[in-house]
Amino acid sequence: MGLIERFFKEPRWGVHPDDHKRPAADAPLRMLPPPARLYMPLHQHVGGAARPIVLVGQKVLKGELLADAQGNISAPIHAPVSGTISAIGEVTAPHPSGLGFAAITIDNDFAGRWIETDPVSDPFALAPEEIARRTGKAGVVGLGGATFPAAIKFALGKRLQVGTLIVNGGECEPYLSSDDRIMRDHADQVIDGARIVMHAIGAREALVGIEDNKPEAIAAMRIAAAPFPEVKIRPVPARYPMGSDKQLIQTLTGKEVPADARAAEVGVLVHNVSTCAAVHKAIRLGQPLVERIVTLNGGAVKTPGNLFVPLGTLVDELLDFVGRVATPARLILGGPMMGTPLLHGRIPLVKGASGILAFDAQEALIPAAGPCIRCGSCTRACPMGLLPIEMAAHIRAGDLDGAVGFHLSDCISCGCCAYVCPSHIPLVQYFSHAKGELMTKERAKLRSEATRRLAEARVERVERETREKAAAAARRKAERDAAKAKTAAAALATTPVTQVEGEIA
Amino acid sequence: MSLHSIPAPVSAPHTTTANTVSRVMATVMLALAPATLFGFWLYGWPAIYLWVITVASAMLGEAFCLRLMQRPATPILMDGSAALTGWLLALSLPPWAPWWIGVLGGLFATVLSKQVFGGLGQNLFNPAMVARVALLISFPVQMTSWVGPLPLDAVTAPGPLAGLLITFKGMPPGLDAMTSASLLGFAKTEMSRGIDLLQSLTQAPALSWIGSRPGSLGETAGWLIAAGGVAMMALRVITWHIPVAMLLGIAVPAAILHAIDPAHYMSATTHVFSGGVLLGAFFIATDYVTSPNTPRGQLIFGAGCGLLTWVIRTWAGYPEGVAFAVLLMNSLTPIIDSYVKPRIYGRDRKGTALEPVK
Ligand code: SF4
Ligand code: SF4
Repeated sequence: MGLIERFFKEPRWGVHPDDHKRPAADAPLRMLPPPARLYMPLHQHVGGAARPIVLVGQKVLKGELLADAQGNISAPIHAPVSGTISAIGEVTAPHPSGLGFAAITIDNDFAGRWIETDPVSDPFALAPEEIARRTGKAGVVGLGGATFPAAIKFALGKRLQVGTLIVNGGECEPYLSSDDRIMRDHADQVIDGARIVMHAIGAREALVGIEDNKPEAIAAMRIAAAPFPEVKIRPVPARYPMGSDKQLIQTLTGKEVPADARAAEVGVLVHNVSTCAAVHKAIRLGQPLVERIVTLNGGAVKTPGNLFVPLGTLVDELLDFVGRVATPARLILGGPMMGTPLLHGRIPLVKGASGILAFDAQEALIPAAGPCIRCGSCTRACPMGLLPIEMAAHIRAGDLDGAVGFHLSDCISCGCCAYVCPSHIPLVQYFSHAKGELMTKERAKLRSEATRRLAEARVERVERETREKAAAAARRKAERDAAKAKTAAAALATTPVTQVEGEIA
Repeated sequence: MSLHSIPAPVSAPHTTTANTVSRVMATVMLALAPATLFGFWLYGWPAIYLWVITVASAMLGEAFCLRLMQRPATPILMDGSAALTGWLLALSLPPWAPWWIGVLGGLFATVLSKQVFGGLGQNLFNPAMVARVALLISFPVQMTSWVGPLPLDAVTAPGPLAGLLITFKGMPPGLDAMTSASLLGFAKTEMSRGIDLLQSLTQAPALSWIGSRPGSLGETAGWLIAAGGVAMMALRVITWHIPVAMLLGIAVPAAILHAIDPAHYMSATTHVFSGGVLLGAFFIATDYVTSPNTPRGQLIFGAGCGLLTWVIRTWAGYPEGVAFAVLLMNSLTPIIDSYVKPRIYGRDRKGTALEPVK
């Protein structure tokens, strides 16, 4: 790439945080010995929580269905180990509030016995709908963090006749390397999964976007993809948030997803590399999603690296395994740019957890916020072309509608703006707060609208009933009058009745 | 199983740039340092004293206001913005101006044009330029008496003590002959006497041996100012938009009219290298607080600063117009910012969602 081309082609948005990916990314994948007790939250995905179908005391095999999908958008949950159900109830879930969430607790019998699986040797002989069905039953959700049920996206892609599958191997969040690791160690699974997804949605080509700071992954994926010309490996510049769907689509295809539209409407569908590998396992091996690769990283971790872990393992147990250098000053689920802070480590690992970061005091330090010096760094960094200062100023003044006028709804909460701010103003905090408020308002509005509609319906019903009663009374009166008239007519037989009153009007 | 005690969670991002406001200010100061030191050497001790007095007054003014509002002064002073404001003002003053010009200017800058508006980030107008204009209007004589460069190592240059006398007691009669108008002032006066540029410029204030004219520190060390500006761009403290637009804004009309009528219109190079244009383009108009936020807005703003400077110099009563031009454009900044916004991903410039294209 020539210098000039580079200058013009390099995206202008985004930031370049220190990636801190190595040495964790280079450490070989380790297997976590399954813990004695695991906690499978019922709500690990976008959509409705799963509905438990097991009973306390019941024995389950690894991969056995514990809770079934419930509602239009949902995903089932399966047993990550074989053992006995010991409780169905509250444990702490990965949410800033630290509030409890419903989960199924399993006591491991350490036998590691799988349920009987139903492997498919030739997925391409199956109907696309059948692939979607099996993927859905295996509980596969977006593993890049979005956790949207994969099968529902397949159906959408099929319906909108998506031509291009984009396989997201961007992994732009600093510190994380679980996608990198899966591409290095299991490139064949990723490529096979991607081809199965292509079949499921009817796509003609797959573009695999991998940030150019992962040369080993690019090399491994190129080898695995070599026999399949329809699967193209496309290195992309390492720049946060390259792994965001919209930015990756734009970089790879030059297309922009219109505001308020879905990617499928411009003919592309994005799936993460780890999701593709999970689809491969679900179809080829018939294995539901019960394990994943997770990155353990941060200054407070003694041996940073990637672990292959059964879902439902407590964060504390992961940290015990990799060792702590110091008491973590901050614990994060996910990456440092968008991850969720954890109050403590007694939280089970969920499907969307690509990393657990334990920061030491120095990493966790964020200087106190100062005044905005209007330097414009946030505006330049925003990958969506928004004006973070303006939105924050309106939110600070309590003017949420003003912030909405600056298209707050287009904000993808990527954190670029807050990251670059030399005054360390917690811009994203303002936006999250405002989005939360707006959501509450919207719900209240919907509720009051529903109430209003109900009330209106009642008024209308009462009015209709009154009208009907009046009409009936009028009809009866008319009948009586008609009868009277008849009698009168009979009396005056010489006067013919030519017209009915109603017809004149 | 251990229960860690972890401080209250903060929302993402959990990491942040190493950049800080003080670092930004320090970078700007570093970029100004070569030009300033060179100016010190050219104009000697009085210039050094004036610089110290102006910077100190600006900081004192800020500290005083913060005290008044019962806010801790030290951490805010440490961000360097007050010192930088004083510094920029000092570079735009006649180097041998009396001490009280520096004191008043420094206080004007931070008290009247910054803290009164609510402190850093809140002011609409560039504090250094407000102070400069206030001084120019109140003390036109002192603000337009320039001296030719008299390098520190020259025999006639005042020593530390004589310098103190100049700054605090005024120009001694012997040195009075040194004062002269700036090039722009001279040309304007001559023009008003009916002497056109073709004649007047032949006897304009002498070019010094390095090709500089009498003027402020920022004017004389023009090349070093420009170099500092370029360094700031390389370090990504500023972008090219405002400086380039401002220089073009002044150079293009100047070049056109000079080509048509050289007797009445100065050339583009004369315009660009005299007065405060370089200092203005790289260090004053680029002030974050008072300039627009988007690249396109900055182009408009810069071009406006340049064009207005040229208009004021050419047709208005003042020989120099950078400060006025910058202040005028500062007042337009909120308007520019509300009209010129970046295009949002997935929307057109008006904010309407794009049509899906397969
Ligand atoms: S968090 Fe929102 S406003 Fe900030 S950079 Fe990302 S998209 Fe833009
Ligand atoms: S980056 Fe921070 S200081 Fe700069 S304009 Fe944005 S909010 Fe203000």
